[in-house]
Amino acid sequence: MLSRTADHLFWMARYMERAENTARMLDVNYQTSLLPQSADMAEGGWRGLLSISELTGPYSKKYSEVTPHSVMDFMVSEASNPSSIVACLHAARENARAVRGALTTEVWETQNQTWLEFNRMIDADRGEFQRDPGTLFEWVKFRSHLSRGVTVGTMLQDEALHFLRIGTFLERADNTARLLDVKFQALAGGDDFGPGSALESIEVDFYHWSAILRSVSGFEIYRKVYRNVIHPAKVAELLILRPDMPRSLAACMNEVVDNLQRVANEQSSETLRRAGRLRSDLQYGRIDEILATGLHAYLTAFLDRVNDLGYGISRDFLVPMAA
Amino acid sequence: MRSPYDEMHTVSAEVREQYRVYERWLERQPGASMQARREEAEMIFRRVGITFAVYGAKDEDGSGTERLIPFDLIPRVIPQQEWTAMEAGLAQRVTALNRFLHDVYHDQEILKAGIVPTEQVLKNAQFRPEMLGVNLPGNVYSHISGIDIVRAGNADGSGDYYVLEDNLRVPSGVSYMLENRKMMMRLFPDLFAMHRVAPVAHYPDLLLETLRAVAPAGVNEPNVVVLTPGMYNSAYFEHAFLAQQMGVELVEGQDLFVKDGFVYMRTTQGPKRVDVIYRRVDDDFLDPMAFRPDSTLGCAGLLDVYRAGNISLSNAVGTGIADDKSIYPYVPKMIEFYLGEKPILNNVPTYLCREKDDLHFVLDHMHELVVKEVHGAGGYGMLVGPAATRSEIEAFKVVVQSNPSNYIAQPTLSLSTCPTFVDSGIAPRHIDLRPYVLSSGKIVQTVPGGLTRVALKEGSLVVNSSQGGGTKDTWVLED
Repeated sequence: MLSRTADHLFWMARYMERAENTARMLDVNYQTSLLPQSADMAEGGWRGLLSISELTGPYSKKYSEVTPHSVMDFMVSEASNPSSIVACLHAARENARAVRGALTTEVWETQNQTWLEFNRMIDADRGEFQRDPGTLFEWVKFRSHLSRGVTVGTMLQDEALHFLRIGTFLERADNTARLLDVKFQALAGGDDFGPGSALESIEVDFYHWSAILRSVSGFEIYRKVYRNVIHPAKVAELLILRPDMPRSLAACMNEVVDNLQRVANEQSSETLRRAGRLRSDLQYGRIDEILATGLHAYLTAFLDRVNDLGYGISRDFLVPMAA
Repeated sequence: MRSPYDEMHTVSAEVREQYRVYERWLERQPGASMQARREEAEMIFRRVGITFAVYGAKDEDGSGTERLIPFDLIPRVIPQQEWTAMEAGLAQRVTALNRFLHDVYHDQEILKAGIVPTEQVLKNAQFRPEMLGVNLPGNVYSHISGIDIVRAGNADGSGDYYVLEDNLRVPSGVSYMLENRKMMMRLFPDLFAMHRVAPVAHYPDLLLETLRAVAPAGVNEPNVVVLTPGMYNSAYFEHAFLAQQMGVELVEGQDLFVKDGFVYMRTTQGPKRVDVIYRRVDDDFLDPMAFRPDSTLGCAGLLDVYRAGNISLSNAVGTGIADDKSIYPYVPKMIEFYLGEKPILNNVPTYLCREKDDLHFVLDHMHELVVKEVHGAGGYGMLVGPAATRSEIEAFKVVVQSNPSNYIAQPTLSLSTCPTFVDSGIAPRHIDLRPYVLSSGKIVQTVPGGLTRVALKEGSLVVNSSQGGGTKDTWVLED
């Protein structure tokens, strides 16, 4: 398939996944902000959300203080913010439009409809959105589910589908890692979970940990897997190492590697090697080792490696140098 | 001007044979239900993204504005025997035009015979000397031709079809023909049970067959691609649609490159050879090394590969010489010259301002003529005499006299009308017809009907979508 087509498909899937994850992160922050807590803690939550997406700078250029309303506006309907839901849905739709011929009619119409409806919702129902932001976040998640479902359900299982899947899971790996990083730091009060941090001694705030789990649809899964009270180390294990947890780093890397293997070409062996190595690190990793080296350091290194994979995929497949 | 021919009603307000069943059906439809259908159609077109970009209009984010082409619910109906004659006339005309193209780029017999003035061809900006002596598969130049046809009324109430112009470069609009039919079948399935409407959905199949047939010699499994200027082009929807329907790649200039005398596209599995390009890019932009050097829409070195016979382009480079408005008046003579046949389709009588007698006639009768630029398109740069004010006419006379060979004039045909669903209810509006003719060298094929365009403004004769025209589904009723 055309490199340019693969590039658009890859980014279409990434932006749709990013829209979903932005909605998930906003939702968890919004839900926790409804819990009784100090004003500092609430503001910290919103600040953390901006730092996850590396948006503290752009945000402070536009707003002088961090309030739930401003952060939500900035992350939902601010077109100049590349991680906002509106920007992601627009980019997903424009990428789809550029290669609508490579998509099934159902996939294209789903993307186009999402974009048209979203605009209608934020134009017409602004008051409704501020009263009940959760409904919009649910809707974005639903449209993302629909987009993935219609893709898997209608597309030929060829390269086009593989590049879409690579985009989805690379983006999800990145987003889950960022979410974990910022939430663990916030709850540990800046503690890095390094040696001697005595993870056990952190007062387990059930509501905060369960909100994190819910943000990745993992609350029921946690119960099912561990049949135990919420325990930070186990939350980390679930979201990093469990290959059967669909939003974990391990599950995402399994999908990335499987799909990469199917599109391999003459110049992609190094990228494949790095992806495979990252996968086996997760496959054979143990949570106590990870915590021993420090969770923040581990996740930062993971994000660098995911970023590096993105470059490799781009160089090998999507934007090849002139022959 | 005579009162125009109406496609549904005779002068004595009787319903024509081909519309009888439809008219009875329409009478039974409550107005509100038609309005609801119209809104439904609009919603579906928007969701499917059947839009066109308007030049010059930009969104705040810099992308082109996407608009819908208004779709009218009332079909244009053509009886079978009319279509049979028209189809034969189209095949005859397009065959002669292709013979003409081969001739002017080879032996130029029609010029030697004095039938078409030599300087009219050789000094024409649309003539491509690069194509002299180049042999193309099947000797076909215009593989996809869009022939614009109108019907004008006669004094006795009958009507005749006339060819208004030939489009042999990159004729567009066929996707609307296909989508309009799909929409009608979705909105009014009951109508299709009541009528034997000839199907059109196999057009992409015929198109692919044509494109494969004109591949370079020796290529058995040709790699066919559609070349688009990109997603902000006004006809992008159509490019993407046709590529998808044919199951071929939709490429942009940046996806192509020339190496060792062949054209390749960049794929995720390395370079892949391309054999046939259905290009939706004008000649001028095809190859920055041969034509406009500032073009980023084409592929550097393409013309050399083409001249060597290692790639096929549809349509060929240089077809503009045959659909130029200054060549149009000679088409009936071409048909006689090449085929030894009488033309089946009428030409509109045309005055060439480059001829002294014609120029005088045009200047004296401008108030009753349509005066057009020879190279104009899309309804720009023209004067409709009967609709113009005296000062507009005087001003245009000056323009024409300053460069007479740039203008032609035709009597104002009163384009036929067809009942159309407008804001005030159902009212007659002027229409034209663009059938699409496919030529592979072995066979000339058309799907029944074509695209009917309608001027939605009352009294307007301009059907172009860029100027407020709409479209209708076109039915050829089988006997």
